[in-house]
Amino acid sequence: MHELSIAMSIAEVAEEESARRGVRVIAVRVKAGALSGVVAGALVPAYEMAVAGTPLENSRLVVEEAPVVVFCPGCNEERTCESPVYLCCPVCGAPTPEIRQGRELEVTALEVEEQ
Amino acid sequence: MKREPRLVEVRQNILKRNDIVAREMRQRFRESGVEVISLVSSPGSGKTAFLERTLAELNPGHRAGALVGDLATENDARRLARSGARVEQINTGTVCHLDAEMVRKALEGWNVAELEFLFIENVGNLVCPAAYDLGEDLRVVMMSVTEGEDKPLKYPTIFNGADLAVITKADLARAAEFDWDAAIANINAVRPGMPVLRVSAKTGEGFAEWLKTVLELRGRERSGE
Repeated sequence: MHELSIAMSIAEVAEEESARRGVRVIAVRVKAGALSGVVAGALVPAYEMAVAGTPLENSRLVVEEAPVVVFCPGCNEERTCESPVYLCCPVCGAPTPEIRQGRELEVTALEVEEQ
Repeated sequence: MKREPRLVEVRQNILKRNDIVAREMRQRFRESGVEVISLVSSPGSGKTAFLERTLAELNPGHRAGALVGDLATENDARRLARSGARVEQINTGTVCHLDAEMVRKALEGWNVAELEFLFIENVGNLVCPAAYDLGEDLRVVMMSVTEGEDKPLKYPTIFNGADLAVITKADLARAAEFDWDAAIANINAVRPGMPVLRVSAKTGEGFAEWLKTVLELRGRERSGE
């Protein structure tokens, strides 16, 4: 359960950005890869806790879950894996150690209004 | 009149602060010529026994120290210090993982250049430590034969983020009816191509190969790979 630590880091990024731009944050959009180790269902309540009593209170957290994308050496193509558990090509079945997407954990955008 | 909200693009890594500290630590370790190896596993899979034997075998010939993370108690540090190695306990309080800043703080007052190897034993947890880079050169994920062959499938993130898998308590494998082939296949499903070692800290099985892997890290660094 490290979602609270993560939520606090998200709040930190959002607060910095909103202060820098002089805007009020309504929602924070986050992209969490399937291999980022973060569960969206746990992140939203953790975020609510993290922002209580701060200028971000009442802002929403919107989590976009990103699937694992691997590079298949057999097909010479990028492929999307259904689950992060079996890292093999969904088309030809070759093992795919090279991960192109799925580890990211980032704030992608803020929904804001002028203060 | 209600103002319309607008969308501003940010694209910021949430763990940026940790990653910055981890990068600084990695640089410092490299300049000091110390190889850093972290151990992650669930509680009770034998990290401390494994580390205890590793430190005893490496010291005093190779100077090895350790940081050990736990929510509370100094028990592991006391146990490991018997090897003569410098050991520091990191108590995380309620935090379920180590982060780069905790490692940095724990090493205040250390001259890491005196060491050849620094081991970092993470808090026993197969979920949360996965997200935090500690500046290590090698991340070892461990599981014991009593935990079941499907551990990698249940915790793919941590297995995927590791460089080497170590299966511990090999001396109990027969009693636990552990299926080595299934376990190795599962590790390979989650992290294709990751090397797997089987060890027993009790009998010493597998330690020759493990220590060879550790010592080779130094050779690799010198040849500039």
